[in-house]
Amino acid sequence: MDPRLSVIDRRLEKVENIIAVSGGKGGIGKSIVAAASALVLAENGRRVGLLDLDFCGPCAHIILGTDNLYPEEEKGIVPPKVNGISFMSVISFTAGCPWALRGSEVSNAITELLAITQWGMLDYLFVDMPPGLGDPALDAIRLIKRMKYLLVATPSKVALDVMKKELQVLKELDMKIIGILENMKRKESEPLRNKLEDLEVPFLGSLDYDAHLEEAIGNVPELLKTGFARQLREAVERFI
Amino acid sequence: MHEWALAEAVIVTVHQEAEKQNIKQITKVQVRIGELQQIDLDIFKFALENIKEIYDDMFLDADVIDLEVESSALKCKVCGKEWEFRDLSHLKEDENESIHFIPETAHVFMRCPGCGTPDFEIIKGRGVWIQSIEGVL
Ligand SMILES: Nc1ncnc2c1ncn2[C@@H]1O[C@H](COP(=O)(O)OP(=O)(O)OP(=O)(O)O)[C@@H](O)[C@H]1O
Ligand SMILES: [Mg+2]
Ligand SMILES: [Zn+2]
Repeated sequence: MDPRLSVIDRRLEKVENIIAVSGGKGGIGKSIVAAASALVLAENGRRVGLLDLDFCGPCAHIILGTDNLYPEEEKGIVPPKVNGISFMSVISFTAGCPWALRGSEVSNAITELLAITQWGMLDYLFVDMPPGLGDPALDAIRLIKRMKYLLVATPSKVALDVMKKELQVLKELDMKIIGILENMKRKESEPLRNKLEDLEVPFLGSLDYDAHLEEAIGNVPELLKTGFARQLREAVERFI
Repeated sequence: MHEWALAEAVIVTVHQEAEKQNIKQITKVQVRIGELQQIDLDIFKFALENIKEIYDDMFLDADVIDLEVESSALKCKVCGKEWEFRDLSHLKEDENESIHFIPETAHVFMRCPGCGTPDFEIIKGRGVWIQSIEGVL
């Protein structure tokens, strides 16, 4: 019997909302949306957490401009605070080295981290999901039943198709969907909204492709000044 | 003390399982502790007693929890070599500490002694596992 499974709900019991930022396809802006949403809400005085569940390619810490994070030990481990956010990432345990890991062991590591992390009282916990419908996606569904999904898609046909597949799985498994957020919209692209009508899922808005976003990565005050952050604030208002 | 979280997991699971099986008094719980996780048994026992006090339960005596360390078996997915965690003693203190928190980080700090790949499997001796729960109905 795996004892860890019985305490995961307890570790999260004082977290009001658990929001996975997902979308199936890689590179569509899941991490930046998860991290920036957390920052925007923390800016408004909410108690916010951010969990980077992309164990093999963590990058939320790069967006937040931090490394060398060490959780405190207190009846488990307590996420360190970064820019007012309780932040948990495997970078605290990998010493800046790569972590090549097979699916079953990713699963075990996710279970362990969820069983020992004491999140405490939070209004929102954002979970930065890796791409795909592999072990991490299935573990999130299996282990965090209360998770709600914020799906990111870009105007690309490719991203849309993969997002729809994930949506189909989430619906089949009765997971709660917050809505779809369009990212990297360009002036010439056909509005994604038009292509979502048959999905019966709220459309949360569009974030334009922001040529200045890259310069602001790793610099939170600058990140919060970008056009991307401005548009995200409006979108976040629609789902909180 | 991060062991607290795992000790609590053991106690909560025993409770849940006892309820499922209508057990009124627990007589024996066998817990295997994988060598890889390097849990200090005294600390773990202390945590168990501590939690038992918080839960204030009469039906589970911390003494009936039997802790047994399980030696590890690691096996290379590429060349098939098998070895034990204790065979490799070159790890630094903070590397061992990472493995203590998340045993799978062994793949960050260890390589197959046969071919040098990080692509090996933890076959046994990983972490905390409840082997059996016995009690009277
Ligand atoms: N609206 C945007 N404008 C400009 N650049 C963007 C925008 N959204 C994301 N990016 C950039 O695209 C890249 C990928 O973003 P991000 O890492 O957040 O994607 P991801 O979906 O998390 O990727 P992965 O699937 O690898 O986890 C980053 O360099 C990010 O800065
Ligand atoms: Mg990402
Ligand atoms: Zn090998």
